[in-house]
Amino acid sequence: MARRCRLGIGNRGDQGMIVEIGAFCLILSLILSAAQVGLSVIGRIRRSAVFYGAGEGAAGAAFLMVMIAFAALMYAFVTSDFSVANVAANSHSAKPMLYKIAGVWGSHEGSMLLWCLALTGFGAIVALMARGLPGAMKSVVVASQGSLGVLFLAYTVFASNPFVRLLQPPVEGRSLNPLLQDPALAFHPPFLYGGYVGFSIVFSFAIAALVEGRVDAAWARWVRPWSLAAWSLLTVGITLGAFWAYYELGWGGWWFWDPVENASFMPWLIGTALLHSAVVTEKRGALPGWTVFLALGAFTFSMLGAFLVRSGVLTSVHAFAVDPKRGILLLTILGIAAGTGFGLFAWRAPKLAPGGLFAPISREGALVINNLVLSAATVTVLLGTLYPLIKEALTGQSLSVGTPYFNLTFAPLMGLAFLVLPVGPLLSWKRGDGLGALQRLWAAAGVAVAIALTVLWVQKPTHVAAAVGMGLGVWLIVGVFVEIAERIHLGRASPAEVRRRLGGLPRGAWGMSLAHAGLGVFALGACFETAWKIEAAQALSLNQSITVGAYQVQLSDVVAANGANYIAERGLVTVTKNGKPVCDAKPERRFYPANNQTTSEVALCLEGLDDVYLVMGERRAGTEGQPAWLVRAYWNPLARLIFLGPLLMALGGAVSLSDRRLRFAAPRRAAEAVAVPVPAE
Amino acid sequence: MKRLGLLGWLLVAVLSMGAAADPSERLADPVLEARAKALFPEIRCMVCQNESIDDSQADLAADLRKIVREEVAAGRSDTEVRTYLVQRYGEYVMLKPAFSLTNAALWVTPFAIVFLGLFAFFGLKRSSSAQDQETSLTAAEQALLTKLQASEAE
Repeated sequence: MARRCRLGIGNRGDQGMIVEIGAFCLILSLILSAAQVGLSVIGRIRRSAVFYGAGEGAAGAAFLMVMIAFAALMYAFVTSDFSVANVAANSHSAKPMLYKIAGVWGSHEGSMLLWCLALTGFGAIVALMARGLPGAMKSVVVASQGSLGVLFLAYTVFASNPFVRLLQPPVEGRSLNPLLQDPALAFHPPFLYGGYVGFSIVFSFAIAALVEGRVDAAWARWVRPWSLAAWSLLTVGITLGAFWAYYELGWGGWWFWDPVENASFMPWLIGTALLHSAVVTEKRGALPGWTVFLALGAFTFSMLGAFLVRSGVLTSVHAFAVDPKRGILLLTILGIAAGTGFGLFAWRAPKLAPGGLFAPISREGALVINNLVLSAATVTVLLGTLYPLIKEALTGQSLSVGTPYFNLTFAPLMGLAFLVLPVGPLLSWKRGDGLGALQRLWAAAGVAVAIALTVLWVQKPTHVAAAVGMGLGVWLIVGVFVEIAERIHLGRASPAEVRRRLGGLPRGAWGMSLAHAGLGVFALGACFETAWKIEAAQALSLNQSITVGAYQVQLSDVVAANGANYIAERGLVTVTKNGKPVCDAKPERRFYPANNQTTSEVALCLEGLDDVYLVMGERRAGTEGQPAWLVRAYWNPLARLIFLGPLLMALGGAVSLSDRRLRFAAPRRAAEAVAVPVPAE
Repeated sequence: MKRLGLLGWLLVAVLSMGAAADPSERLADPVLEARAKALFPEIRCMVCQNESIDDSQADLAADLRKIVREEVAAGRSDTEVRTYLVQRYGEYVMLKPAFSLTNAALWVTPFAIVFLGLFAFFGLKRSSSAQDQETSLTAAEQALLTKLQASEAE
């Protein structure tokens, strides 16, 4: 780091100072995190409230320091201070402000700083706000979170420091990859990292449970808000990423089973399993070891994701900031953290008290099947992602594992989960009435089969799997309504009673219903869009048109449209249906001189739940010497549902999170409640 | 090749925009074209980061599409086309791994987990729940239950 040299350069000295403050605060946060660990551990050994408080204070201070560092880096990006190597490599003075700010987390170094910000942030919230926790357990949580902080902050300070200065600052920066200059992608990393790193708190709670030998209903209740928050953020993050791929890459795909996507999907799957198994532990005290295992697993997969994405061990369409040397360091961090966690698990988990008994046909039983399928699905994704590496290492043969593999393995597994899903909430705890639950679901089953058959009959060509998937989606959605109807005794009680029950439904129940319905909505959209989208492409001269599905797409004009940091050809495209105007779309083909890159800016015509998706291609020689442009048009039926569904799921998570029972004061009551022997329901 | 790095993938991503829809490449016969098109998503563009030749606009992808179309037009079956590609480019070219003994772990594991899990769950649970049923309530528990039921009924 060449700090001194920088100070000599003219009137920007004060600006350089801010960057130096950022670098200083980053180092300070590392020291504070170490103090957080030390103080909390001493506190735990001596059972001293003074040390507990000191450890918590250090956690708060560490977060404050990372926040200052983050703000300093953002300042460097906003003011285009190219003496900072990271800014010079990822920003440009002509870049729009949103992308100057988003550029902070657009690189390896900056994104690790964001990771640390989330890590210390979650630690600080637990340390300073979770007041219902017993001191001893809380101190272990704070110590564990601090240890993770030390690992990742040390990595950021020593191997991935975003504040490294350049001896000779360039006049202009190399700018952010234009594909990343997009609103969906600007907000994608904060959500994604909130989710990834949110699971670190769950991890720390699992460590605390193992150290204290306590996994009970109260513990599950403490963990629940964190896993819900992390899960919801991750859901939004993944959805934004998928939406970005959908309209920025320009061929209408939204999920490629790409290693980077899989890396974000595995923590999500494990997090989903955790949410469900934690319910069993919370309500029935059962499956304590398994729940702790998943709690460790979610963040382990987050770290694995960080390693896979950054190390370049796997080829990916959107691996970014790849650096094999740093990959080894990340793998080491993963090994230390996960090794400690699972080592502790192997040592302490056998001593955990076994939970309550239950029959296979029961709410617990359905949730066990959910966990079984989600675990198998996670293993499938992991295997599909790593198998090429494993096979190449063992046999020297390289092979590919792509979408067709996941369609044949992951999809049927999910089908099984979907089949069981609506039944679960209708079963009672401990011992359920399976036949009774199925009887109450006959309407849902009828509607689902009818929809699947109708789709098969109407849509040519026929795709059986897609129709089955749509049927399952409907089964979930109608199943949710059946479940709510059951809860409020619709048709069995007086209207006044039904209203009272409806008003009395806890937010957690609404959250679950929203999430399950969202999954159904997603299944509907994903199956229909994938099977029955239509594409057309042709080189069009002005006023020529192509037909895609029921739509006529005419290229009316092509104009120059230049932005702050790009020049573009903008097509003025008129979309009509049966002669009636639908929309005027403006797809663009942009050239970013700073990156010497061309990107396509897709135009979407929102037609109800369908998209007419338009891409402007390169200029070609047309007929009769007229210039022509390659225009691609897609009709993506029900495409809106693919992104609405997951957002509904995340909303469900947020609604559950707002449930009064999960507020910070609640755990104390829960803790007392367990102490009293509660008769079984 | 794996580590083309940042610029590599940028280039690839930019160059690859729904290329298979390019009208100049299509076969005249719609049936054959549909068959060829159905094969594209299974075949990897080997110089790209992780894309099928259906998505990629790289030159190699265009060449592969041409080969597939020629083979299909020459009357080869889908299986024959796949075999030909694997012989020529190796297993790496297929995005769908072969159902072979060496890939058994890949194909079997997902289902094995579920089946073994279900078997263990239902098998073990049946015996334990049978015991569960046999244990009857003690007199004190029975009294508590009656009291609770009475209070519930109110």
